[in-house]
Amino acid sequence: MKLTVNGVEHEIDSPPLAPLLHVLREELGITSPKAGCQQGGCGSCTVLVSGEPRRACLLPAAALDGAEITTLEGLGSPEELSPIQTAFHERYAAQCGFCTSGMVLAAHAYLEGGGSSERESIQDALAGHVCRCTGYVKIIDAVSAAAGGEITSSQRWLPQPGEEAPVEVPGAPA
Amino acid sequence: MAGATVALEEGLDVLLPDSEAEAISAFGDGAGVTILAGGTIVLPEITYGYLKPKRVLMLGRAGLTGIAHAGSRTTIGAMTPIQDLVELATPLGPCAANVADREIRAQGTAGGNLCAPQGRDAPRGDLQAAFLALDAQVRSAGAGGERTDSVEAFLADKDGRLVLDISYEEPAAGAFARLDRPHTHDYSALTVCVARAGDATVRVAVAGVAGPAVRLPSAEAKADDAGAAGEAAVADVTFADDALASAWYRERTLPVLVRRALSELQEAT
Repeated sequence: MKLTVNGVEHEIDSPPLAPLLHVLREELGITSPKAGCQQGGCGSCTVLVSGEPRRACLLPAAALDGAEITTLEGLGSPEELSPIQTAFHERYAAQCGFCTSGMVLAAHAYLEGGGSSERESIQDALAGHVCRCTGYVKIIDAVSAAAGGEITSSQRWLPQPGEEAPVEVPGAPA
Repeated sequence: MAGATVALEEGLDVLLPDSEAEAISAFGDGAGVTILAGGTIVLPEITYGYLKPKRVLMLGRAGLTGIAHAGSRTTIGAMTPIQDLVELATPLGPCAANVADREIRAQGTAGGNLCAPQGRDAPRGDLQAAFLALDAQVRSAGAGGERTDSVEAFLADKDGRLVLDISYEEPAAGAFARLDRPHTHDYSALTVCVARAGDATVRVAVAGVAGPAVRLPSAEAKADDAGAAGEAAVADVTFADDALASAWYRERTLPVLVRRALSELQEAT
């Protein structure tokens, strides 16, 4: 069977009942979808299937022949972050990072679907995603800022070779 | 990954029918067939090794999807995602909106929820209560051919059946009351659905009890007095006692939910 992941077509050898999560992580080495609960209850394996957020742990490989999958790796690049990735970065919306991939993809789909900047609406859209650091306030801040047009451009944020990494901590003494 | 290797038996058959007719034919009498609809319940069972199927019927391409309105009758294909039911009239719409989260609702199906087996730690199948209140009919295939049953009859004898669709007459009014969930990933400990049919018959049903959802005939008999109906309802139920809530707690909250739902129904025009 064939699977297109982040625009690249792959021939898949995984067993037919292997969850997409295992196909991505173990056969293709794409590790942004995290294996959390593996029963649909944590959201950390969320990927986009034809642009819609889905739990990769709940989709059997055999049902996905010809599907178009987007993982976090396909959303932006370190040089050119997507708007929602920029928002997560600017608003400090990641802590340990385990839920971040799923959160970012679900939030990306929320924005693509014209989601509003209202917190209640964002909470509903992200209700299936558990953050074990409990960093929900900043995650919702980031999505709200992106949905409200406060984050408009992607930014380059990784240092280039020879550059010093820009480390700015708000509130830290100069 | 811990606890999640896919142990495949030799000679596993995976069937992917492209139409309702093909699905019925592939299902046959259902012997030894594991139906995989949305996968939200079945796939983790396989991943964790609780279920080792030999013959898997995947319904993702079989059609069986969509909501049709013909006059006052609504027909829901078995593979219709639960998310698509959210805008339907009360009690089904709000009951569907109370199932899991948006992404799970987009993947879980109406037929899968109707057939959901009791979980290890919690009851499943909230929509059963809505379908019972709506006096829905279940069209299924299996041994002996196609059959259309009331929800009660279907839930009592659903082994070896492949659900094709679920249909009901639009109610004159409906109401829904449930115990709120601590998190979207919990099941509701109790879900009460009520509906008044065009002939003024009131049906009351509850999910979250031991076993599948049940009607509450004692409450229906006193439907004009919401408080009395609530008190009477406990006689019709064997309460579940599980990780979500004790039987003690459920027994004390069912009257409240029945009272709320019937009060709301009385106010609905």
